[in-house]
Amino acid sequence: MSARIELRTAPHVKGRRTVEKIMQQVVFSLLPICLFFIYQYGISAAALIIVVTASCLATERLFVRQGGQAGDVSDWSATITGILLALSLPPGFPLWMGAVAGIVAIAIGKSLFGGIGRNVFNPALVGRAFVQAAFPTAIASYTPSFLPGRFSEFIPSSLALPFMQPASTEAWVKAMPIDALTSATPLAKWKFDGIVAGADELLTSLAGHMAVGPSPLLILICGAYLASRRYLDWRIPVSILGAAGITALALYGFDPVRYPNPFFMLLSGGLVLGAVYMATDMATSPVTPKGMWVYGALIGVLTVVIRYYSGLPEGVMYAILIANAASPLIEKITQPTPFGRGRGGRVRRATYPLHPSYISREEDGASAPKKLFKPKVKS
Amino acid sequence: MNLGQAKTFDEFMEGIWRQNPVFVMALGMCPTLAVTVSAINALSMGVATTFVLICSCLLVSLLRRVIPKEVRIATYIVIIATFVTVTDYAIQAISLTLYDALGAFIQLIVVNCVILGRAEAHASKVSPLTAVINAAGMGAGFTIGLLALGTVREIFGNGTLFGISLFGANFQPWVIMVLPPGGFFVLGGWLLLFAWWAKRRDKAALPADKAAEGHQHA
Amino acid sequence: MNAPQPPESSSAPVPPSAPTTPTAAMIRTLGLVATICGLIIVGAYQGSFSAVQENKRIALERAVFKVIPSARSIGEYFATANGVTPASGDTPPGAIRFYAGYDADGKLAGVAAEGAAKGYADVVRILFAWIPECQCVTGFGLVSSRETPGIGDKILVDRDFLANFKELDVRLNADMNALANEVKTVKHGTKTQPWQIDAISGATITSRAVGRGINEAAQALLPRVAPHLDSIRTKP
Repeated sequence: MSARIELRTAPHVKGRRTVEKIMQQVVFSLLPICLFFIYQYGISAAALIIVVTASCLATERLFVRQGGQAGDVSDWSATITGILLALSLPPGFPLWMGAVAGIVAIAIGKSLFGGIGRNVFNPALVGRAFVQAAFPTAIASYTPSFLPGRFSEFIPSSLALPFMQPASTEAWVKAMPIDALTSATPLAKWKFDGIVAGADELLTSLAGHMAVGPSPLLILICGAYLASRRYLDWRIPVSILGAAGITALALYGFDPVRYPNPFFMLLSGGLVLGAVYMATDMATSPVTPKGMWVYGALIGVLTVVIRYYSGLPEGVMYAILIANAASPLIEKITQPTPFGRGRGGRVRRATYPLHPSYISREEDGASAPKKLFKPKVKS
Repeated sequence: MNLGQAKTFDEFMEGIWRQNPVFVMALGMCPTLAVTVSAINALSMGVATTFVLICSCLLVSLLRRVIPKEVRIATYIVIIATFVTVTDYAIQAISLTLYDALGAFIQLIVVNCVILGRAEAHASKVSPLTAVINAAGMGAGFTIGLLALGTVREIFGNGTLFGISLFGANFQPWVIMVLPPGGFFVLGGWLLLFAWWAKRRDKAALPADKAAEGHQHA
Repeated sequence: MNAPQPPESSSAPVPPSAPTTPTAAMIRTLGLVATICGLIIVGAYQGSFSAVQENKRIALERAVFKVIPSARSIGEYFATANGVTPASGDTPPGAIRFYAGYDADGKLAGVAAEGAAKGYADVVRILFAWIPECQCVTGFGLVSSRETPGIGDKILVDRDFLANFKELDVRLNADMNALANEVKTVKHGTKTQPWQIDAISGATITSRAVGRGINEAAQALLPRVAPHLDSIRTKP
């Protein structure tokens, strides 16, 4: 007599990909970068990555069990946090401080807000901001890369006892059989000594014994892979690097003596890592395409401004954290107009074509479950 | 007599536990966060506030029948300000170092809402003895709250407790703990601990009730 | 309380909105409370006055003795454009307050003055000692600072940095109106002249604040004090 129609809310179209799959892919794409980091700094870097990631996972497990936090250890998100956090720290960072950073990242940066997908700030950066404020000396102590014997001995500061000061690396670096080693990062050298490193050296991180993180080129390649598979949105890194480049270029054009060239700005410090992996965190960045451009531009400009006009040599971390805080607001002001509706009841066309990729990042491989929509007829 | 004693004890314990100004009522956060960089500062601030609290509550309670309610707030503020000024002079006379360390926060006791709140809500309605006992309890609770923050911040931020080194010269200080964010983190940590404890206690109480209910139905 | 009364209640003899406390009583109570409080405050002030003054004197002496170790007593002076006068009360505009430290025999051991400059977080205020014999700064102490603990406060403990103040040259020029060489904080490891301060690497901004504070204060004070040294040579 009557056809029963099943009523359900959107989404009716379900993507094949899950949070676990996306996160897993991001972890895989981070592995070459980790290997490069270990190739640069040896077992200290390996130990740092393992300890920080382990402390993130342990904290995640504790809070998932105790606090009713959403998510699970097996969703890979805490692993990403741990790896990114480790990559953003100096390689000789004392391991116990690394563990503290991992605990803070998950406990304060993630669990407090309710777990995966609910955090306001990127957890890795929360952890890093905490240790930057708590241990300002240790986080500024870099060591040169590609030292001989890096695979057989630890950087002395790594193995500091918990709650104790790390040993100074200065004498240890001086005792190396290589001349003209410097422990200052290219950014610190520019900020305090006015020496600008060449863009080609920075791009590969391979030249000499520079105290830098993994190669920006490698990070860009890994990021491009993720973007091509649509695991991250290309708009965010492009707008960050674009905005930072344009701001730096404008200042460089204004006074080339005082300001370094834009390539140095883009490739030094953690800007590329931050732009590709940290700012693109899905939970803390806007979902609207216009919002992504605004968000990225904000990060890019803030980074350059902090680097130039503050006492800190590096500004990526604070720039991303500030933009994270602003992203709900950005999302609100960049809401797309619903198709056919305009302000004041005027009929307008949609702001952009209704291609699926404009609706969701997860549309790839979407399939409509067919049988659910078939009205079942009872006789 | 026994009942009277129990009541007095209750009156005193109210500020320490059930209505702790720091952990339960979350009043007077300005000194709580600002001066608790070391245990000794926290203790001095707590004692100073307790002194002002007891004296003002006593005076308010004594004058409670002559203060017309139309001008009560003005009167309370004048009374509180008086004792804050006295405390200010007293601390200067005791130790200038301490006075510099506490800075403007001694004068700011005037606007500590714990004190005005007690004068308004309690001391103006009860006998002087009860008011003093309650104020002493509140003051003690406030001091305990400040000390709880001050000890944690001093241990982490400086490796010392009341100026005595705990971990030797090689201790790595957590600079953030003596900076303003550290105050928020430690306060948040304590509040979390109390909330967690209260929740556990409620949970522990719940099954017993349910069991009793079950018996009734059976 | 003062809500408008509905018309039908206006017939009542005393409307409920009328004040129940007479004005005189309110004024009386406020006066009484003010009197009691006034007495308490004045009593506390009088009672603590001498102790507070004594404490302030001890604190000042301790600060000066720390930068001029041989001093045993101090004298307070104002340096004005016309000369040096013993200090009393607040510093008048245009004058600079400084302290002379006298040794056990009552002879001038050194002059201490305050300098201030913007550091990393806030103004860094220091008290530095000037020794007339060598025309140099021989030490400084911190009056107040809000520099990052663990970084900015290295200026008080870093041995290499403190070595700058064994004999920091602040000689006056021939006209006696400015320093012969500006005191300057230079990058760590590049000190070549006795009037330069070798910065602490990692705490450059605070180190610079110390140098600037000394330079500004010395530029203003020394040309005024140096010609009148004889008037403060012995303890008054």
